[in-house]
Amino acid sequence: MDVPRTVFTKRNLVWLAVCLSIYFLVFFLRSYGILGNYHEITIAQICINIMLAVSLNLIVGFTGQFSLGHAGFMSIGAYATSLALRSRPDTIGFLIGITIGSVLALVVGVIIGIPTLRLRGDYLGIATLGMAEIIRVVFLNLKITNGAAGLMGTFRAANWTWLYLLTVMAVLAINNFVNSSHGRACISIREDETASEAMGVNTTAYKIIAFAFGAFFAGAAGGLYSSYFYFIKPDLFGFLKSIDMLVIVVLGGLGSITGTIISAILLSLLTTILQDFSSVRMIVYSVILVIIMLFRPQGLMGTVEISHVIDKFARKDKEDANTVS
Amino acid sequence: MPILSVENLSKSFGGLAAVSHVNMTLESQELVGLIGPNGAGKTTIFNLLTGVYTPTSGTITFAPNGEVYEIQGMRPHQIANLGIARTFQNIRLFKDMTVIDNVLISMHSQLSSSIASSLFRTSKFYNSEREMRKEALEYLSIFNLDKKPKVLAKNLPYGEQRHLEIVRALASKPSLILLDEPAAGMNQSETSHLSATIRRLKNEFGLTILLIEHDMSLVMELCERIYVLDYGMLISQGLPNEIKTDKRVIEAYLGEDAARDIETGGES
Ligand SMILES: Nc1ncnc2c1ncn2[C@@H]1O[C@H](COP(=O)(O)OP(=O)(O)OP(=O)(O)O)[C@@H](O)[C@H]1O
Ligand SMILES: [Mg+2]
Repeated sequence: MDVPRTVFTKRNLVWLAVCLSIYFLVFFLRSYGILGNYHEITIAQICINIMLAVSLNLIVGFTGQFSLGHAGFMSIGAYATSLALRSRPDTIGFLIGITIGSVLALVVGVIIGIPTLRLRGDYLGIATLGMAEIIRVVFLNLKITNGAAGLMGTFRAANWTWLYLLTVMAVLAINNFVNSSHGRACISIREDETASEAMGVNTTAYKIIAFAFGAFFAGAAGGLYSSYFYFIKPDLFGFLKSIDMLVIVVLGGLGSITGTIISAILLSLLTTILQDFSSVRMIVYSVILVIIMLFRPQGLMGTVEISHVIDKFARKDKEDANTVS
Repeated sequence: MPILSVENLSKSFGGLAAVSHVNMTLESQELVGLIGPNGAGKTTIFNLLTGVYTPTSGTITFAPNGEVYEIQGMRPHQIANLGIARTFQNIRLFKDMTVIDNVLISMHSQLSSSIASSLFRTSKFYNSEREMRKEALEYLSIFNLDKKPKVLAKNLPYGEQRHLEIVRALASKPSLILLDEPAAGMNQSETSHLSATIRRLKNEFGLTILLIEHDMSLVMELCERIYVLDYGMLISQGLPNEIKTDKRVIEAYLGEDAARDIETGGES
C-alpha cells in the first residue's frame, strides 16, 4: 500500500503530459483549420457532457443516490452566466457568472438535499425530478430570465481553452474527492448505509456533500453551455436533459470516472451524427440502454478506472523485472 | 460507574413487544453474553444500543472513560463516534470495496484530512492517508488479513468476512464492542481461533464486549456473565454455571427446540 509523499509522482507527471498534449493537439488542429467550427461544437458538447455526467456519477454512481434532477442545477449555472454576460460581455463577466452560477447551484443543492436525501431509491428520484421542474418553472416565470423565450447570448467567452480547462479541473476535483477518505465514506453509503452509519460515517452529511458538490459542477457545465451556445431557454433543461446525463453515467459505469468520460464522448458523437433525426436519437438511446442493461449491467467500465489498469500493468512489469534480476 | 447501563428498555413494532423492560449493566472490560432463542429480541437490543432503532421507552447510559452520555435517540454515527462499535448478524461488509478500504471507513471520522486538503492533495492528505493505511494493516494483521488488503470484501471466504467485520469494528477504536453471532457458520477450528481473538480484544485492547451467540460452548467458555432473553424479556442473568442449570432458561430453550437453535445458528 504505497501512498506517495507528494503530488509530483511519475504517474501524475505522465497524466499532466497527457492532458497538455490533448490540449495542444486540439489547439493546433483548430489553428490549422483541420478542425472547423462544426467540429468545435461537438467538442464543446463533449466537454460539457463530461462535466455533467462525471458530477452526476458522484451522486448516483459513487454515493448511490438516485437523481433525476441534474438538469435543474445545470440551468442555474446557465442562467447566471448568461445574465452576467449581458451586463459585462467579456471574459471577466463569464468568470463572474460561472462562479456565481456554480455556487448558487451548490447552495440550492444543499437546500434541496436536506429534506430529499432522507428518502431512498425511487422516492428520491421523484423528489429530485420535482425539484428540477420547480427550478424550470421559476425560470419560465421570472422577468429577468425572459420566460419561455429564453435569453440570447452577448459574448462567446467559452472557447476551447476554457472548455478544456474547466472540464479537466472538474474531473480532477471529483477524482481527488472520490479517491480520498471522504470519497470512501460516500462509496460506503452506496454499499451499505446502515453499516456505514454504524462505523461512524455521518451519512446524511455525506449525501448532502456529494449532492451539493455534483450540483456545483453541473452549474459550471451550465455556465459553459450558455456562454458557448449563446441561446438558452427553460425547455432545454427539462426532464429529458436529466435523462440524457443519466444514460451517459449508466452506459459508462456507475462509479467509474473513466467509463463516464468514454461514454460521454461516444454518446456526444452519436448525438452529433443523429442531430438531423432527433426522434431517431431517443430510440437509439433507449436501445443502447436496454442492450447495456441486458448484457453489461455494470456499464462499459463497471467501477474500474483506467489508472487501476495502468497500475496493475506497472506492478506486473516491476514484479517481472524482480524475478529476472 | 458501569460503562453501559440499560434501564427499563422497551421497543415495540406495532403490536409486537420485541424488547420489554430490559435492565442491563456492563462494567468496563467485562465480557458479557446475551443469549436466548430465535426471535427473543437480542439483535433488536443491539439495534437500540447503536441507534438503528429509537427505544419506545427506557434509557441507555454510556459512560466511557469518565464521561457520561444518554445515548437513546442519538443518531447511529454519533453513538459510533462515542465509542460503541458492532458487527452484524447477517454480514454487512462494504462488498465492492477492498478489504483495507472497509477498515479505513471506520477510521474516517477520527483520522481523515479535510475535504480541502483532499481536493488539493496537500501533504496533510498524503500523511493522513499513509497513517491510516499503516494502522489499518496493523488491525488487519490480528486476523492475518494484512496479506490481502486489495481483495474485494465479497471475494473473501465466509469465515474471513466475519473476521473482517470484527476488524472493521475494532478500527473505530471503540470502548464497547457488540458482536452479533460472530461464530455463526464457522467450523470448529475457525471458532476456536475466534474465541482466542475475542479474549485478546478484551485483554490487549481493553474492550468491553457484549456477545450474542447461539454456540453455547463458546458462550459458556468465554463469558463472565450472561443475560438470557426470551420473548423480549430478561428471564435470567448470572454466571455461566448458574445459567446452565437455571430452570427458566432450560424451559425457554426446550420450548423452542433448543437443539435446532444451537445447530443452525439462526438466520433472520
Ligand atoms: N424492524 C422490525 N420490524 C418488525 N419486527 C421486527 C423488526 N426487527 C425485529 N422484529 C421482530 O422482533 C423480534 C425480535 O427479533 P430479533 O431479530 O431481535 O431476534 P433475535 O433474538 O436476534 O433472534 P435470532 O437469534 O434469530 O437472531 C422478532 O419477532 C422479529 O420478527
Ligand atoms: Mg439476531
